[in-house]
Amino acid sequence: MRKAVGVLLFLLLGTVLIYSSSDVSSLKVRDVPYDGGGKLVVSWNITAEEEVGNIKIFQKINGEDWKLYKSTNKLVDKMKDNSVNHKNSYKYKIEVYDKEGNLLFTKESKTITPGVAFYNVGKTAVLVSLLIIGGLIYYFISAARRGQKLKIRRIPALDSLDEAVGRATEMGKPVLFVPGILDVKNPQTIAGVLVLSEVAYKTANFGTDLNVPVSKPIVLSTANDTVKEAYMRAGRPDQFNDDMVHYVTNDQFGYVSHIDGYMVREKPAAVFMLGAFYAESLILAETGHSIGAIQVAGTAMPSQIPFFITTCDYVLIGEELYAASAYLSRKPDILGALKGQDYAKLLIMIAIIVGAIMTIIFPEFHFAEIFTDIG
Amino acid sequence: MIELSLTQAIGYTIGGFLTLCIFSFLYKDNPLYKFAEHLFVGTSAAYWFVTFYHNIIRPNVINQFKEGNYWPIIPVILGIFMLFRLVPSLSVLSRMGIAFSVGVMAGYQIIRHLETNILRQMGATMQGFDKISFTAGNIGNAINTILILLVVIAGLVYFFFSVEHEGAVGGVAKFGMWMLMITFGATFGYTVMARISLLIGRVLYLKEQWWLSIKYLLGI
Repeated sequence: MRKAVGVLLFLLLGTVLIYSSSDVSSLKVRDVPYDGGGKLVVSWNITAEEEVGNIKIFQKINGEDWKLYKSTNKLVDKMKDNSVNHKNSYKYKIEVYDKEGNLLFTKESKTITPGVAFYNVGKTAVLVSLLIIGGLIYYFISAARRGQKLKIRRIPALDSLDEAVGRATEMGKPVLFVPGILDVKNPQTIAGVLVLSEVAYKTANFGTDLNVPVSKPIVLSTANDTVKEAYMRAGRPDQFNDDMVHYVTNDQFGYVSHIDGYMVREKPAAVFMLGAFYAESLILAETGHSIGAIQVAGTAMPSQIPFFITTCDYVLIGEELYAASAYLSRKPDILGALKGQDYAKLLIMIAIIVGAIMTIIFPEFHFAEIFTDIG
Repeated sequence: MIELSLTQAIGYTIGGFLTLCIFSFLYKDNPLYKFAEHLFVGTSAAYWFVTFYHNIIRPNVINQFKEGNYWPIIPVILGIFMLFRLVPSLSVLSRMGIAFSVGVMAGYQIIRHLETNILRQMGATMQGFDKISFTAGNIGNAINTILILLVVIAGLVYFFFSVEHEGAVGGVAKFGMWMLMITFGATFGYTVMARISLLIGRVLYLKEQWWLSIKYLLGI
């Protein structure tokens, strides 16, 4: 009996010793706490008697097959896996190879499911900046409502509005307004529709025809209400008709072919293209240029602005489109919002300069990561 | 050599004919272009209607109701409100759907834009300064890092609307404008190249599929 117990203890001790001697290398996976459930940290520490050539890291999602995640030759390292989702479980494995490509050993981690925290600490920078920018906008809107004068610099493209509509009136030709091809959920479309309000107000005052083809049903509804309200504001509701704003098609190039056809047939004297544009920008602007219309364009699509610059008389570049409605309407709410954003930009400039100086002086603090490493 | 079926040949022939109809606009407006334009607008409007039904209404409403999930009734009601535009006395209800849609998207996008378009860009501008060095071999990177900072600041000054672009501010804004124009020039060239490749694709279509289809239909 004693012999049997002795042998058993010996085997048990031997197993423990063998296990611990091969466990010199480790692979650990841990969840990043207080995040949105989208991050895991995988760390490894390889110690092998043979010279290690390559280390392959594999990932298994929900018990499915292993998939190669990364290859490295670093014996001690960690990586942040940002591709994970809190709805799945994950397991990692490392395969360690020698210089000849022979497998030395493998190591597997425990299975882990990323946890979701109520408050994502990594997003604190977003919350703080949202509060600062929101606070500035709120302050300036309140100031504008109290009657404080808020100054905005001259935007030359917007001074051309009267010129463009006036020219169309003199020539007895219509004004064409294209509010882009995205839905009203897009801020550029909203900015375009706000400028439409001012253009419609002017066409109502001058008694000029206005044509607004749209490519989205909800934009139809919004633009129609906007034009109708502008005509009522100008005291000319009799001149408004529902056909001024009309739906064409959701299809990008179908919409463009219709507007191109309209332009060469009706030859509008003024063409406004304000909103979100993609590949159709040059097709529209070039046709407008070929009929000799005075063209005012504006978009925040960086790849389309060059086409408008080459073919239009006046262009609102990027954020100028958003400033346009404040500039034209001088409404306290919009002016205050623009002013608030301006001061937010000033803070951003200061933060970038201070951040760059701090990074030079204290590179070990990785100051930039406050802004880039958002959870 | 491409093997063609009769259906493919007819399809390619119609496609080539409509392509030429649209290209005829380069000369001037004409009945062929008008025909293609109206066909395009009509078929695409119908196509999108069917697409919306199959991709949005059927999976998100009809199938959900069949599975016993009645929550989509809320967007359905908001959608039906949009149709009240046709009833003048109830047309005010149509604004509710738009207000809901715009409000939700504004709230959703403000976080995303703040994170990706502001904070990450700020961090990326500062990032290079931790390794900045004016030693031989690193001078190029150092100049690049400083240039990025200057261009970002100048660009922001250009889009600053509270002060007139005069004096020192005007000078910085002008530098920002120049940098923007250089960027736009590069974008212009890049996009034009992409458009040329689209044109090449269309010309190849006419040369290969369309021409082959014509020969097939004529029995040549």
